[in-house]
Amino acid sequence: MSGSRSVSWLALPVALVMTLTACGGGGAKDSAAGENPDGTVSIYGTEPKSALLPGDTTEAGGSKAVDGLYSRLVAFKPEDGSTSNLMAESITSSDAKVYDIKIKSGWKFHDGTEVKAKNFVDAWNYAAYSPNAQQAGSFFAQIQGYDDVHPADEAAKPATDKMSGLEVVGDYEFKVTLKGAFSVFTSQLGYHPFSPLPDVFFTDPKAFEAKPIGNGPLKFVSRTPNASIKLERFDDYKGEDKVHFKTLDIKIYSSQETAYQDLVAGKLDFMEALPPSAKIGGKHKADLGDRVLNANLLGISTIGVPSYVAGYNNLDLRKAISLAINREQITKTVLADSYTPVDGWVPPGIEGYEPGVCGEFCKYDAAKAKEYFTKSGFTGKLTIQSNADGGRKEPLEAACNSIKQALGVECEFVGATNFGAFRQIVDGHQLTGLSRSDWSADYPSIENFLNPLYRTGGSSNDTVYSNPAVDALLAKADSTADKGAAIKEYQEAHKLLAKDLPSIPVWAEKGIGGFSKNLTAAKLTFSRDADLASFRVKG
Amino acid sequence: MGRYVLRRLLQLIPVFLGTTFIIYALVWAIPQDPFAGKCGQRPCPDSYISAMSDKFNFDDPLVLQYLKYMGNLLTGDFGDTFSGISVGEQISTAYPTTVKLAVIALLIEGIIGVTAGVLTGLRKQGFLDNLVLVSTLFLISLPVFVTGFVLRLYLGPQGLDLMDTGVDTADPSIGQLILPGFVLGSLSMAYVARLTRGGIAENRRADYVRTAIAKGQPNSRVVGVHLLRNSLIPVITFLGTDLGSLMGGAIVTEGVFNINGIGGLIFRGIQEKEGVMVTGIVTLLVLVYLLMSLIVDLLYAVLDPRIRYE
Amino acid sequence: MSDPGAASSGSGLEQAAAAGVGDLSHVDSGQGQNKPRSLWSDAWRELRRKPTFVISLVIIFIVVLMAAFPTLFTSVDPRYGNLDNYLKTPSADAWFGYDVQGYDVYARAIHGARGSLLVGLFSTILTVLIGSVVGIFAGYAKSWVDSVLSRFGDIFAGVPFVLGAIVILTTFNTPTENPSAVRIITQVVFSIAVLSWPVAMRIMRSATLVAKQQDYVKAARGLGASPLRIVFRHLLPNTVAPVMVYATIALGAFIGAEATLAFLGIGLRPPVVSWGVMISESRDYFQAAPHMLLFPAGFVTITVLAFVMLGDAVRDALDPKSR
Repeated sequence: MSGSRSVSWLALPVALVMTLTACGGGGAKDSAAGENPDGTVSIYGTEPKSALLPGDTTEAGGSKAVDGLYSRLVAFKPEDGSTSNLMAESITSSDAKVYDIKIKSGWKFHDGTEVKAKNFVDAWNYAAYSPNAQQAGSFFAQIQGYDDVHPADEAAKPATDKMSGLEVVGDYEFKVTLKGAFSVFTSQLGYHPFSPLPDVFFTDPKAFEAKPIGNGPLKFVSRTPNASIKLERFDDYKGEDKVHFKTLDIKIYSSQETAYQDLVAGKLDFMEALPPSAKIGGKHKADLGDRVLNANLLGISTIGVPSYVAGYNNLDLRKAISLAINREQITKTVLADSYTPVDGWVPPGIEGYEPGVCGEFCKYDAAKAKEYFTKSGFTGKLTIQSNADGGRKEPLEAACNSIKQALGVECEFVGATNFGAFRQIVDGHQLTGLSRSDWSADYPSIENFLNPLYRTGGSSNDTVYSNPAVDALLAKADSTADKGAAIKEYQEAHKLLAKDLPSIPVWAEKGIGGFSKNLTAAKLTFSRDADLASFRVKG
Repeated sequence: MGRYVLRRLLQLIPVFLGTTFIIYALVWAIPQDPFAGKCGQRPCPDSYISAMSDKFNFDDPLVLQYLKYMGNLLTGDFGDTFSGISVGEQISTAYPTTVKLAVIALLIEGIIGVTAGVLTGLRKQGFLDNLVLVSTLFLISLPVFVTGFVLRLYLGPQGLDLMDTGVDTADPSIGQLILPGFVLGSLSMAYVARLTRGGIAENRRADYVRTAIAKGQPNSRVVGVHLLRNSLIPVITFLGTDLGSLMGGAIVTEGVFNINGIGGLIFRGIQEKEGVMVTGIVTLLVLVYLLMSLIVDLLYAVLDPRIRYE
Repeated sequence: MSDPGAASSGSGLEQAAAAGVGDLSHVDSGQGQNKPRSLWSDAWRELRRKPTFVISLVIIFIVVLMAAFPTLFTSVDPRYGNLDNYLKTPSADAWFGYDVQGYDVYARAIHGARGSLLVGLFSTILTVLIGSVVGIFAGYAKSWVDSVLSRFGDIFAGVPFVLGAIVILTTFNTPTENPSAVRIITQVVFSIAVLSWPVAMRIMRSATLVAKQQDYVKAARGLGASPLRIVFRHLLPNTVAPVMVYATIALGAFIGAEATLAFLGIGLRPPVVSWGVMISESRDYFQAAPHMLLFPAGFVTITVLAFVMLGDAVRDALDPKSR
């Protein structure tokens, strides 16, 4: 009835929006003026799901605070994640099994006590000890003696609360013995569960949780649940990644949409990811102009083919499905150009990445797809499962439509309400068809894209893929001390995957973030974090 | 009157227990893994699961769990979430926002609704009357989130930039809450207008009004004193009940405008399976709702001399 | 009178509808029994002349036709997505444009009528059925039974509608299965009905309370008629009017509720196509492609409007005071 009227009523504001935002985009450049070393920076955050302990934080919400509060032995270069010593003076190993770690002296915790070798050892032991129920406990599984502090059987009381592989040699030196050779251990050391904890933590963990004390560039000020976490520059900080502002305000948002509005309006200074609505049609470029940030992320999206689902254990079918997905078109449209098609199981930007590993099967070819499909003899309906929220549904539904049209087979997206519900299906091996299988690296290494996902019994081997040849190559690579040689062996394992297609590589996310006009510089890291050291506040 | 209140209060107890138990059972007892997805891409460590199971008494039978929980609640302890944050604290930061929003919505719907209702009720069948009738029908039919989204988009910073629509702060100002309040109150506003209009139109023909007019009282006095007073009784009770449900947090409106009130808290709580949070808030809301409806009933008796409770 | 003012909870619209009907039940049933036949025929005569009544009937007829025979309106497959048409705006080929998957929005809106209408219809039937049975029983039975039943109703009425629906739907969305369309719809219908029946019950109960006091009912009881006969022969015909009006408005309200639940991501979902599903899909794209939201939302609004107008008109016609 009032359809036509309301349309014209809406059209006018749309035109206005466009002119307004266009103006906003242009005005950002003329600001090379001074810099305010004591400014405040606010960054987008979500409510942490655990206390702000390095060993108990495994998700993005808490990581933001934890990353600023604690500094680890090594730091990652923001661009590509290559490692350099931060708190470590030197990390040496002759066999990739026993590591001798020397730390710099003179570093202080925020309470003024000095950071010593035992702070690392104690913190790691605490995180690994199963009665402490730290979520990142399994990160220490490589260390000798882990099974004694964290038995496989949850009910069993651990024999001891100290891992035998950790040994304090002096105030500034300790030794780590792994269960076996593991060449990427140094990369792992940059991950936040490997942070040190001050002595005061062990006397009263509860009080510490309320006011954490770290050794990082920022110290804890206050936290209001669901509203904000405030940190302040630690003036005694010795590392190179000092910050150039005074206060960091992690503002908790429940929606990226509002946060984005605030970013554009200058009420929020940094977002490491933008909401889908901002990316459609390149709206963010118009809104933010040269304040859009890009980064190579170390993540990859694949469509998992669970080996336990009847009918899918069929190589021709997997090839047909892979050939039938029009990656180019989907990334350009539904994914709003914020993803790029991939051609292998390791994303570009990782050391050891080789182009075209997946080869012809990761390129869209409807005719060839149909050919393989006929050969496979599959009948019935294909399904792709995933959680439907957070923009996960749209690209997979599009993939399904692409498959449907290329193969002439019925394909349906099956959504679980949220990530938890979906993980429950995946963890319980109750998938009934294809499934979303996204992986982002814990630490920048080709190893992290292979071992957890494709090794028999790997911690996130959700498709229950098992190939002895792959296992053997991975085991060999793990125990190769020389990094370069190890990478070569991981590459071999990677190539074997292309023969089996245990999962179908589809796309990788581009890191797209943005900063407000209050800042003159900011950087987005490979792990989609704020590189706080690069932030400069306008004077 | 006193006996009536006492009886009603006693009746509240089983209702309160029933409602909270149903919610508690729905949240905790249905066989579902509360830990799924809690630890990112990996399953949770067993040690974490057993520690949390202890903390929340997962291993007890349901009724016992519920009683333990209620016991804590009665002593004012709302418990902690999985991440160890006090639920009581979260509620006490979120609740003022919700109350503020509810009051604003109520004021908007009351003022606009009654004005529109009085104007049209006095002049039935005119242009204004039809306009209000059609627009209230339209408001009633429009889903709240559509109103919310459209207004937010076209009035907010990315549209006409008339007001600030991102309310994602712990303590929003009154100005920030006006638009959400309007959206929240729009449906009831339409209903208040119709209720007032109906009352006025009906009472205008009542004997006491005719008498007043015949006595030669000025028009303003007839309307202001005689007509309004009697026509507004159902409106006031409606507003009272409405306040009860508005205080329950507007999940949709708070969601659209990202207001950190009770509604947003509970929606996130359900999604993240923070059972302690959900049951805690629901218990509180049920209590508020039940008390509000009791007050409304009593108000009815005070306002309408024809009703007497025994 | 034990609780004269206690209005319902429920979704906002339904609440408003029910409160209005409550007034009707007091007035109408008393009048109705004096000369029932002429009341209904009077009402019908008045209704036929009312433009809102005719308009709403026409709209409802069209929507029902859409739901029953979508192919009369469109020949496009609503599940055929072609990304070449990604987010294309309305044109002569696709009147309502295309959505993010390249689906034809018009075709989906037509096919979506069925899901939305089914939810509205079944929820209403279930709500009215449970509510009426309990309500008439409570109204007719001894006072302690009435008390117990009323308090039982209060238990469900005390849960805010959206909140209750979220809890129920999240809980019963057992994620380990691929739910079929039937199951998804059933879940939504049940959760709406479970939270709404106390409203219907109250209306039925108060109508029964009034009707029970009428002389002819007392006479029938004096003559030894069985309770069942009294309920069906004498009470039901006189209590049906307010419930009917409520049902009409509630049907509209439940279609709106379906959209709201879908918007929150917990109502109907694919493979079911409904207006609510379309609305929830449009959420992220609203700014770039408003047509994705506005068309299905328009369908919802117009349909709800039709039912509310119908209920309004019938209530006015049945209420002698408004003439």
